[in-house]
Amino acid sequence: MDFILRVENLNVRLDGEDVLVDLSFDVRKGEVLAILGPNGAGKTTLLKALLGNVPYKGVVEWGEEVRVGYVPQRLPFIKDVPLSVKEFFKLENASENETRGILESIGLGEEILGKRIGDLSSGQFQRILIGWALASDPDVLLFDEPLAGIDIGGQESVYILLERLKGEKNLTILFVTHELSVVYRLADRVLCLNRKMLCKGTPKEMLTSEAISELYASPVRFYQHEHEEG
Amino acid sequence: MSQFLLSLLSGVFIGGAAGFLGTLMLPKRMSLVAGPLGHLALPGIALALVYGFDISLGAFPFVILGIFLIWLFERRTRLPAEALTAVVFATGVAVAFFFLPIEEAEAALVGDILNIKLNDAVFSVALCTLILLIVEKIYSKMTLINISEDLAKSQKINLGKYNLVYLLLIALIVALGVKVVGGLLTAAIVAIPTVTSRNLAKNLSQYKLLALVFGSLSSASGILLSQLTLLPPGPLIIVSSAFLFVVSTVFKR
Repeated sequence: MDFILRVENLNVRLDGEDVLVDLSFDVRKGEVLAILGPNGAGKTTLLKALLGNVPYKGVVEWGEEVRVGYVPQRLPFIKDVPLSVKEFFKLENASENETRGILESIGLGEEILGKRIGDLSSGQFQRILIGWALASDPDVLLFDEPLAGIDIGGQESVYILLERLKGEKNLTILFVTHELSVVYRLADRVLCLNRKMLCKGTPKEMLTSEAISELYASPVRFYQHEHEEG
Repeated sequence: MSQFLLSLLSGVFIGGAAGFLGTLMLPKRMSLVAGPLGHLALPGIALALVYGFDISLGAFPFVILGIFLIWLFERRTRLPAEALTAVVFATGVAVAFFFLPIEEAEAALVGDILNIKLNDAVFSVALCTLILLIVEKIYSKMTLINISEDLAKSQKINLGKYNLVYLLLIALIVALGVKVVGGLLTAAIVAIPTVTSRNLAKNLSQYKLLALVFGSLSSASGILLSQLTLLPPGPLIIVSSAFLFVVSTVFKR
């Protein structure tokens, strides 16, 4: 089996609190993995650990020469900088040709290049973030809450985009969410998480699993605000 | 070269470089930082005035010492940096007044660009050019860090290295700035041109360019007005800069 990521006994402790305890899982090439769990379950922290952005114990092993693109949940500070879409792509050294190609694949026209990031709709902004992550030509996309804070019309367009990317680019996608509907529609496999691993399986198996009800019924005891910057 | 032209040239370069660097400080909520750093440079400025060397040379080690002390106290005590900054900069001001000759107080507090010497002017212009080049070089990566540290880390950017360079640039611009506007007013030369530019800029290139232009323009205007009114140039530079800001609020996009 062609694994692109192997995680073994991953533990993350932040400010004296166990945020993730003994997680182990693998991801296959081309797979879409949903990471499901309530607020404060450590989902965003898991993505940060996979990126090496927080200290952890255990093994996080990416396949050889795997490039990882990251789509963050929110970027509250981006509005502090008067940045046009074109300039945002330039921050990643994307050439104009590459940028045009990316715009096409995320279904946006070239007229958006001159717009200020702060003036975009939430759906447009989310697609631009996906496009930005695609600019480094990644093999894997790590995606934090793809649909959070997006209006319904925008949500549908992001869904369609993700389904298309999955088909066209043979991307491996790991996404974090707390919405079951996204999981059923997009994911090949699901991890459910509340600090510890509660279940692993296909979305179908999850439907009958008691773990789901357990996941959402149990109160999160140590609620922790994990998005210090989006 | 006439004394006036020397002053004008140095002022324009320092003002422009300060405005340019300020555009990186605004999104980091650090515009005000240059203020306390300028205050705590005062003992160094006082030493320079007593012994007759360039006040930027006197200021720089004290700014670095101040940044180091704030960093050290923060690590030791886990108290908020802004409170520790208050401790450090107030102490700097207090110490300065033990040996600052009273007749030199104006130069120390609001600057003395009209009396800049030739070699100091050459040094300032060269250093400002260097600062402009370095800021331009780190600009994309710093902007990404300002937007999101996680996004920057996912691009394998070494945050520690860039933040260190950025802090050193701030220390340098403060040390140069005290020459123009004194130890009291340094926050203004990085903050005001930047917010003026922010009001008008449609995109990042305009934002950078306009901040540089407004910084230079305010310096030129203050120094020229000083010739006409015989008032000190430092405060006139700040007032010119504030005037441009007020005008920009009318045209804010």
